[in-house]
Amino acid sequence: MQRRRSSCLTRSQVFCLALGCVRAMPSVAQGTLTTPSILAPASTPAKEIYGLSLFVLLITGTIFVVVGGLLGLVIIRFHARKGDAEHEPAQVYGSTQVELAWTVIPVLIVVVLFLTTARIIFAIQGAPEPKSALDVTVVGHQFWWEFRYPKLGIVTANELHVPVSTSSNPEPTYLKLLSADVNHSFWVPQLGGKTDLIPNHPNQLWIDPQEAGLYRGQCAQFCGVEHALMLIRVYVDTPQQFAAWVKNEQQPGAQDPAVAAGRRVFETEACMNCHTIAGTAAKGTFDPDLTHLMSRATIAAGAAVNTPENLHDWIKDPNTFKPGALMPAMQLSNQQTDEVVAYLLTLH
Amino acid sequence: MSTIPIFADEHWRLPSRGRVGMFSLIIGESAIFTIFVVAYVYYIGRSTFGPTPQVLDVPLFNTICLLSSSLTIMVAERAIARGRIRVFGAWWGLTMLLGIIFLAGTAREWTRLIVHRGLTVRTNLFGTTFYSLVGLHATHVVVGLIMLSLVMLFTLLGRVEQCHAERIEVLSLYWHFVDAVWVVVFTVVYIVGR
Amino acid sequence: MADRTLPIPGSLDATRLRDAALLEWLHSWVVTVDHKKLGILYVLYAVFFLLVAGTEAMCIRIQLVVPNNHFLSPELFNEFFTMHGTTMVFLVGMTIIFGIGNYLVPLMIGARDMAFPRLNAFSFWLSASGGLFLYFSFIGGFGLYGMGSAPDITWWAYAPLTEKPFTPGHNTDYWALSLIVMGFGTLGAAINTIATAFSMRCKGMTLMRMPLFVWLMVVTSGLTLITITPLTAAQIMLVIDRYLGAHFFDAQAGGAPIVWMHFFWIFGHPEVYVLILPAFGIASEVIPVFSRKAIFGYPAMVAASVGIAFVSTTVWAHHMFTVGMTSVGNTFFVLSTMMVGIPTGIKIFNWIATMWGGKIRFATPMLFCTAFLFQFLCAGLTGIMLGVAPWNWQLHNSYFVIAHFHYTLTGSFLFCIFAAFYYWYPKVTGRMLSEKLGKWHFWLFFIGFHLTFDTMHFVGMLGMPRSIYTYEADRGWSTLNFWISMGGLIQAIAVLIFAWNLIRSYLDGKEAGNDPWDAWTLEWSVPSPPPAYNFADDPVVRSRRPLWDLKHPDDPDWKYEQ
Ligand code: HEA
Ligand code: HEA
Ligand code: HEC
Ligand code: CUA
Ligand SMILES: [Cu+2]
Repeated sequence: MQRRRSSCLTRSQVFCLALGCVRAMPSVAQGTLTTPSILAPASTPAKEIYGLSLFVLLITGTIFVVVGGLLGLVIIRFHARKGDAEHEPAQVYGSTQVELAWTVIPVLIVVVLFLTTARIIFAIQGAPEPKSALDVTVVGHQFWWEFRYPKLGIVTANELHVPVSTSSNPEPTYLKLLSADVNHSFWVPQLGGKTDLIPNHPNQLWIDPQEAGLYRGQCAQFCGVEHALMLIRVYVDTPQQFAAWVKNEQQPGAQDPAVAAGRRVFETEACMNCHTIAGTAAKGTFDPDLTHLMSRATIAAGAAVNTPENLHDWIKDPNTFKPGALMPAMQLSNQQTDEVVAYLLTLH
Repeated sequence: MSTIPIFADEHWRLPSRGRVGMFSLIIGESAIFTIFVVAYVYYIGRSTFGPTPQVLDVPLFNTICLLSSSLTIMVAERAIARGRIRVFGAWWGLTMLLGIIFLAGTAREWTRLIVHRGLTVRTNLFGTTFYSLVGLHATHVVVGLIMLSLVMLFTLLGRVEQCHAERIEVLSLYWHFVDAVWVVVFTVVYIVGR
Repeated sequence: MADRTLPIPGSLDATRLRDAALLEWLHSWVVTVDHKKLGILYVLYAVFFLLVAGTEAMCIRIQLVVPNNHFLSPELFNEFFTMHGTTMVFLVGMTIIFGIGNYLVPLMIGARDMAFPRLNAFSFWLSASGGLFLYFSFIGGFGLYGMGSAPDITWWAYAPLTEKPFTPGHNTDYWALSLIVMGFGTLGAAINTIATAFSMRCKGMTLMRMPLFVWLMVVTSGLTLITITPLTAAQIMLVIDRYLGAHFFDAQAGGAPIVWMHFFWIFGHPEVYVLILPAFGIASEVIPVFSRKAIFGYPAMVAASVGIAFVSTTVWAHHMFTVGMTSVGNTFFVLSTMMVGIPTGIKIFNWIATMWGGKIRFATPMLFCTAFLFQFLCAGLTGIMLGVAPWNWQLHNSYFVIAHFHYTLTGSFLFCIFAAFYYWYPKVTGRMLSEKLGKWHFWLFFIGFHLTFDTMHFVGMLGMPRSIYTYEADRGWSTLNFWISMGGLIQAIAVLIFAWNLIRSYLDGKEAGNDPWDAWTLEWSVPSPPPAYNFADDPVVRSRRPLWDLKHPDDPDWKYEQ
């Protein structure tokens, strides 16, 4: 995997060079590991798009060089010199042949671009869903993601786990995109283009990541105050990892008598109106499922790392990390908060 | 700067600015109506609850009144072009009357829908789009009527003369437009949509 | 207090007289129906809002200069970019083109005023009050207490975020209502422009002899008629939803948010051409004069403009490639989008051909226009890239899009507007703008522009979405964002130099005379500033360049024009 990434890196450097921007290169190099760059595709749709983009770039680059060169030539050759002022240059009013030429050539270019584009559109959008595909329903909420695996009976939030899909064992993931409130857009650049989540307008998207690892993305349609902190993490797991993850997620919430106090707080304060913890009285479905909270690396859609302190601060006042998040500050006493956090920490 | 040399008289005529302006306005207004009509058509049958377009009665009488007002206003135009101010006034008045009857008919239809059928703009999508589209058109009729009545007022005051024929014509273009839009609204709402 | 004098009744009080004169002068600007004064009002209004919206852009850039910054609250950031976009497009863009058009169209076609002077004044004051109402949102409502009521819904204001349940305050109302008012103002201005160009031309000014700027104002106005109105219609629906509880865009009741998207972009896409076409018009006036050549292929230029306008009404859904259209739908909009490149290409090539073989004087207006040609070429090509639907699925709503459209709006539109300032300022005020400050303005703006917006393409390709008020340090966007913001700073300095130039040159600029650029269109035949009645005698023309005919009686244009 490391090797592969570095090869993408050089490709993206070439890409930048092609555009003549040496300036941006150092930071491209710096940032590749966590940068969700479209120049390091890792899944078929993203790769097809990347290939197409290189082709389009070649054509537009050529146009740029030719027309830009022409402009440069004109500027250098025809700028006024001393003594020029006396005579006006020869007046030319137009030329049908020349004008026809620069109408027809662009028409041809457009035809080529159009046909190539159309082919990729149909290839990506029309790809039939194989039997082996994994189905996930993604529901966009202000400002977090709900992931449901209907066939596996799993509900989770913000961190999507999908299996690696290799050519010998293809297991693409088909995402059904819904919205619970306003428009959002699901975008993990290395895995594929984005698709919007629109109320009353179910959409679909597929990915087939070929390298295990963590891929980052985020909501790409303005959806309100905290649109900026509606991040996505996609964990692409090896088959073993994925099976283990599924097995864990299918368990009901841990029931550790040591933290019964925290559980009581959770079930008596309003937490349970909004959140679900499988195996308890908490069945609220509006907000993130917390059954396996501790299996996630971040909380609040990536706004903070999932540590006990952060959990504590979050429950005290979600505005610390995410001003405008739709979870109210619950006005718990310090002790209650500590108890709840202790309880949440057992939910592996 | 010396003056620009004058060349042998070319034939030089320009369109009337009133007419050009009114045509532009009509193009713009058509775009507004297009959007409302598209919304109406798109939402046909998509209401999730509440009354459906079946509750509508076809307002035939209304339609006849409004459409014939296009004819009467044409007669009025012709009258003023010939300088017959009184005849003009009479036909102009008749046009207004027909417009008022149309509005009254709409008012009656709406009362019936609101009171008996419980259909308001907030009931469902049908209510929303129906009242908006028909209401938008009715608003235009009202605006048209206001302008017509201004002319009527001036006529009664004896201020309207043959030289105003062109302005009257420009104004009546607007009225024709309002009528033409009704044909579209009528077709969409009462024929296609039902 | 001791030396206070009491006015003697009946005596002449000098201060009072001066106050009275001042008042009268102000009053004359308020009640004016003169197209030149209204034009100036429009332009001043737009320049003011350029500074305001530019300041908002600067705040955006300060917030993003480093990751996890806390310069602006999320709410304020969202308000600022919404207001920045809305202001730039409606209060700066639309007003400045109709301002310049108002001033120049009658002069260029040899008319004494617009077709409907009173409608003209009415349109201006409608637009102006719409804009002021929009800005009232910062203080009105709950504005002064904390959050502010300025719109924070992006300039495309997608439903259902704009519906009551999701924005219960008055933010959206300010946005919708002020733009409806402005929309009617713009509609009036467009009707007026069309009627003027068709019905007020001086003798001999056939349609095919109209200066290209006038043509482009006509095309733009025509496009305005059919694009501003859909926005108005959609906003009326939104207001009905919000105030009467209707369901146009209410997903719960079966309404379709996607319908709003279509309606908005049916307006939104042609809107950007409404802005760029007059800029093309400006370039088509400036480039020939400074190349000392007739415009190359005038009929093709006219045809291409009309063509762009027509094609541009069929491409709107290229802003919606990611909403999940069918493959066929996507394909259609790819084709129509790319087709715009053909007439636009014709224009680019004709401008270059105009310069070819000329003797180009690089005065400030020409510098801006040359940079415009280069930047518009780039902008168009990134537009084509965005039009490649699959690639758009990646690039949509990323900083690449921001880069694309600032290349068109700042790099092309604003550059042409600056060119127009340097070119026509002498006509309007009677004084030249300082060339020295102009060169500073140009180079600083050019450098700042490229630093900012070239860099944005890359940060976009590295996955940075737009509309975000913060980002994490480990994403690899920090360095690039730093340079983007630095570029913004340089642009701000350049704009300040420009504003200073406007003021200073007004007070003691070089006298301009009637025709400082040795130009060819009718506005240069009258004194600077032109008298209230414009032309002492109604002019008569016989070609596209009446002043050329006059200056070269032995070799007049009308002998050659196609
Ligand atoms: C003045 C404004 C202006 C102009 C002129 C343009 C011009 C073009 N724009 Fe742009 N655009 C905007 C302003 C503008 N745009 C704005 C504001 C947005 C974002 C709105 C928002 O989301 O907030 C946007 C967004 C936008 C998108 C959506 C991006 C997204 O959100 O996903 C797309 C996609 O197709 C696009 C394409 C184009 C194209 C193809 C052109 C073409 O007109 C360009 C044509 C020009 C050329 C191609 C160059 C010259 C031609 C030649 C040298 C001939 C040879 C070339 C060929 C044969 C290809 N634009
Ligand atoms: C004509 C249109 C136009 C113009 C000219 C500009 C000009 C600029 N824009 Fe703008 N922009 C838009 C139209 C325009 N923009 C639109 C439509 C959007 C989308 C909005 C949305 O998403 O809803 C947008 C969004 C947008 C964003 C994205 C925000 C986001 O998505 O989070 C950014 C970010 O950098 C930005 C930056 C800039 C900068 C740096 C300039 C610079 O070029 C500005 C240069 C001008 C100045 C710098 C003036 C400075 C003035 C002073 C310094 C005066 C000092 C003041 C006093 C003394 C009182 N713009
Ligand atoms: C009114 C509804 C509501 C109530 C009550 C509520 N929450 Fe939340 N909670 C939310 C929302 C909404 C989010 C997601 C916020 C976001 O990411 O923008 C959330 C997120 C969380 C998260 C982070 C989840 C994740 O996976 O990122 C935790 C932990 C949490 N809540 C715990 C609690 C606890 C403990 C209580 C009770 C003391 C509680 N919540 C009460 C609405 C609520
Ligand atoms: Cu969800 Cu932006
Ligand atoms: Cu567009």
